[in-house]
Amino acid sequence: MEKQEVKLLGSSISPFVRRIEWALKLKGIEYEYSEENLQNKSDLFLESNPVYKKVPVLIHGGKPICESLVILEYIDEIWPQNRLLPEDPYEKAIVRFWANYAEDKLMQGIRNVLMSEGEEQAKGVKQVTAALHIIDAEMKSITKFFGGETIGYLDIVLGLTVLWLEVVDEVSSESKMFDLQSFPSYSKWMEAVKDLPLIKDNLPAKDILYREEQITLTVVPSIDNTKVE
Amino acid sequence: MSKDEVILLDFWVSPFALRAKIALAEKGVEFEARQEDLLGEKSELLLKSNPIYKKVPVLVHNGKAVNESTIIVSYIEDTWPTPSLLPPCAYGRATARFWADYVDKKLFDGGSKIWRSKGEEVEVAKKEFIEILKVLEGALGEKEYFGGDSFGFVDILAIPITAWFYAYEQYGNFKVEDESPKISAWIKKCLERESVASGYPEPTKVYEFVGLLRKVIGLE
Repeated sequence: MEKQEVKLLGSSISPFVRRIEWALKLKGIEYEYSEENLQNKSDLFLESNPVYKKVPVLIHGGKPICESLVILEYIDEIWPQNRLLPEDPYEKAIVRFWANYAEDKLMQGIRNVLMSEGEEQAKGVKQVTAALHIIDAEMKSITKFFGGETIGYLDIVLGLTVLWLEVVDEVSSESKMFDLQSFPSYSKWMEAVKDLPLIKDNLPAKDILYREEQITLTVVPSIDNTKVE
Repeated sequence: MSKDEVILLDFWVSPFALRAKIALAEKGVEFEARQEDLLGEKSELLLKSNPIYKKVPVLVHNGKAVNESTIIVSYIEDTWPTPSLLPPCAYGRATARFWADYVDKKLFDGGSKIWRSKGEEVEVAKKEFIEILKVLEGALGEKEYFGGDSFGFVDILAIPITAWFYAYEQYGNFKVEDESPKISAWIKKCLERESVASGYPEPTKVYEFVGLLRKVIGLE
């Protein structure tokens, strides 16, 4: 069968692009990475994602797929090795539920913390802390990763929190905003994730992420509450 | 072979619960719909099955609870594969999931903004909502359904929200039929299906319900 070209439109400042890279590398898929300039978007980019004009976009055999969670499921269907999602419908539903929850309460929550200050920020910190408690409780039963011995869909989706909580640490002045000691299962998982060469070697440098995040946040003040990818 | 026990925790006006009911009906799955009184006290089963969000719908299949309407519809598709609600090819499925996600992110919240706003904000919300309809028109194209020739995943996720369109029209002072005739035609087509029509709430009753919600948030 003719091998179809895999291209990933990304940006070094986008954490969501990393999810796709982790998935592609985990499955051993060769791909061409194209760095997009988000201030000056290429024609290919605009044609591939006219609805949101955001990265990541996966282009497979010339056909674009957008939205990181949609891309992850597509990748898992086309290249079933090192499966990301469970095959059992119920287990799949549980994984999807927690991925949604993580996106909604944790990811969005952390972004809100980064984007606000004073009372708003304090409120955001409370919400993220509550979400971390819930996720920590869910994680008590896992041995190493959600995917078992190797990472799966939920590890990849939640993996971004590892990135962002570090950025929050950089941003916060004196005391740490999130005392990770209060989330022992989450912390243990986080250390295991950070230790994986797949993840470790495919993280944007923290200071780039922080600086660029701040630039992105000021350049795009009216982000609707969909994630900035 | 023992029979499947399928319970759906429901609320008559919830478009999200309707998604699950339509999907189950399309698959010919027998289920028991239990009405929750969301403005009153929530049942023990609801609180136990959905401790995080305490919302409907919840699908309880042989004692196991599945939450979040889009995830429930996906679960129904995975568990009872025929007739299929998603296209056979991976790219078609990715496209469907993309539009499902768009509907989830934009349609209900976009409409809600109209009746939750006051003064000039209403006009802004209305314009944004019409934009959303235009994007969906683009996705529909010349097809009968979002799924193509057959009623499918995206249609199921979107059609219940249209029961709230009358309320949006009243508060926003516009008509979907004028702004988006294609969407209007698609709604009529979907309502011809028994699976949709049987659970679809009366738009005038939804409008009354929205009036109640507006009182609760202090707009009336």
